[in-house]
Amino acid sequence: MKKTILITGFALVLMSLSMLIAGTTITIKGSDTLVRLGQRWAEEYMKVNDGVVIQVSGGGSGTGIAALLNNATDICEASRDMKEKEYKKAKELGIAPYRVSVALDGIAIFLNEKNKVTNLTFAQLKGIYTGSITNWKEVGGNDVQIILYGRENNSGTYAFFKEHVLNEEDYSEYTQTLPGTAAVVNAVSKDVNGIGYGGIAWAKGVKYASVAKEDGGKYIEPSVETVSNGSYPISRDLYWFFNGKPTGELRKLVNWTLSETGQKIAAEIDYVPLSKERADANIVK
Amino acid sequence: MKRLKFKRKSRLREFIGEKFIAINALVALLAIILIFIFIFKEALPIFTNPEIRQEAGLDKMIFKQVYYEGRDPKYAWQPNSDVPKYSLLPLLIGTIKAAIIALLFATPLGVGAAIFSSEFAGKRTREFIKPIIEILAGIPSVVLGFFALMILATILQKTLGLTFRLNALNAGIALGLAVIPIIFTISEDAMTSVPSSLRDAATALGANRWEVSMTTILPAALPGIAASIVLGFGRAIGETMIVLMASGNAAIISASFLDSVRTFSATIAAELAEVVFGGAHYSVLFFIGSLLFVFTFLINLGGDMVLTRIKARIQGKI
Repeated sequence: MKKTILITGFALVLMSLSMLIAGTTITIKGSDTLVRLGQRWAEEYMKVNDGVVIQVSGGGSGTGIAALLNNATDICEASRDMKEKEYKKAKELGIAPYRVSVALDGIAIFLNEKNKVTNLTFAQLKGIYTGSITNWKEVGGNDVQIILYGRENNSGTYAFFKEHVLNEEDYSEYTQTLPGTAAVVNAVSKDVNGIGYGGIAWAKGVKYASVAKEDGGKYIEPSVETVSNGSYPISRDLYWFFNGKPTGELRKLVNWTLSETGQKIAAEIDYVPLSKERADANIVK
Repeated sequence: MKRLKFKRKSRLREFIGEKFIAINALVALLAIILIFIFIFKEALPIFTNPEIRQEAGLDKMIFKQVYYEGRDPKYAWQPNSDVPKYSLLPLLIGTIKAAIIALLFATPLGVGAAIFSSEFAGKRTREFIKPIIEILAGIPSVVLGFFALMILATILQKTLGLTFRLNALNAGIALGLAVIPIIFTISEDAMTSVPSSLRDAATALGANRWEVSMTTILPAALPGIAASIVLGFGRAIGETMIVLMASGNAAIISASFLDSVRTFSATIAAELAEVVFGGAHYSVLFFIGSLLFVFTFLINLGGDMVLTRIKARIQGKI
């Protein structure tokens, strides 16, 4: 017993000492959508780079941006661009946000597997989520009420969906908000008349709706290919923000994530990798 | 001489001990006061800052607002909108709906269990039931919430054929589980502390056990039972995790208990983590916090006052 404690204590001291000597600790904070990817990248990067310690935590895009503005993190992960208000605040605080798109993400529309509906247009989605379409029969389904599920209003996904699909109109007051995409997927999988939205990396036990941007346009199913070639209409960039153009170890890290190895890791855990040209264009010189 | 020295020493010890305990009590009091001040201070910009008052003044929280020209005025909670909407009415209705269901569910069960335990159960049974119900109070609310989200909601939807899986009924029943131990414990205390002279008198007049408890004990303990319900109500409106998980969190104004509801406490829990520090939304959430603080404070104070009065009366001081 005593021996184990001693050994553990010794190991702890050694670890903290090695951290002191190596000196490079990078903190990454922000989007819950990106946190899994950030963690995988950190693990792989630390394997090949001795002496670099990377700490990754989530909390949401807003939390990450707030941390960047308060100089409390080296890298902020965000599933949306910073708002004008936030850029203004950054200027006041003397922070110069530098944005790099590190991967892509599609927002999928989740439907219960028993739902007859498989195709939806942007106009129908907008109608459904703003409350002007309330019955599935209006979009080709059974004669039952549509049950709306969504994210809490602090999530990047909420903001992105509102901006791109609802054109900044308000969500219907009947939208039930749940904490996290996993909860939305779970709710839709249990609710035959439910509809939800969230990242495509998450869907288990529900089906995706195919989405067309224009009425009469082609319905596209969300997948890694359709998001990365840009044909799926509800997709977004996932960003890393830095305070000023990254240099040294930070630059090495971000360029590594944009390398073939980095993007392959993203694809392995169901994120959508950037195309080769886009990744190369984003490399920090 | 020696004896005197000893005495002096013990007096000193007593003095230190007494002050130490007094300081401990003061720290608790101070903590409450400081929390009170902090929450109110953060809510204050609603009244003092003209920019925030413009966006989220008291009138905007209480009265119907016209948000877009040419549309009907309405109550809405949509703080992250191009036109932020901060009506508190949907949240107030949601909070009250969930609390009412909780009380309707917990009161008969809690009071019934208390009557059984204090009047009908044998000593062994009572010593078995009491701790078990009190353990219910120790279940973390997140566990109750998870149970309601995954299991209770499905059962209710299947048996009642509900449109909304997550609704006030579902959240209220889960809340009720958290309220039962409060109602049970306080009601049981109230009934067991009814003087045995009353019980003996009723029995001497020929009442059987049922008649004694219904016509004598229950009326005598009624203020205590009322206080237990009031305190249970306080718990129900302050409880956060259960409603956050089980209610669906849609801010709807309706009379139906089968619609989804969004409560004050769940709103704070869901939104406070990412609001702009010092902005209108931030202040409004703290204002809601202040309201909850005042509500629960008054409710608990009222319940407590009733209880102390009863105790004094039973002991013959009034």
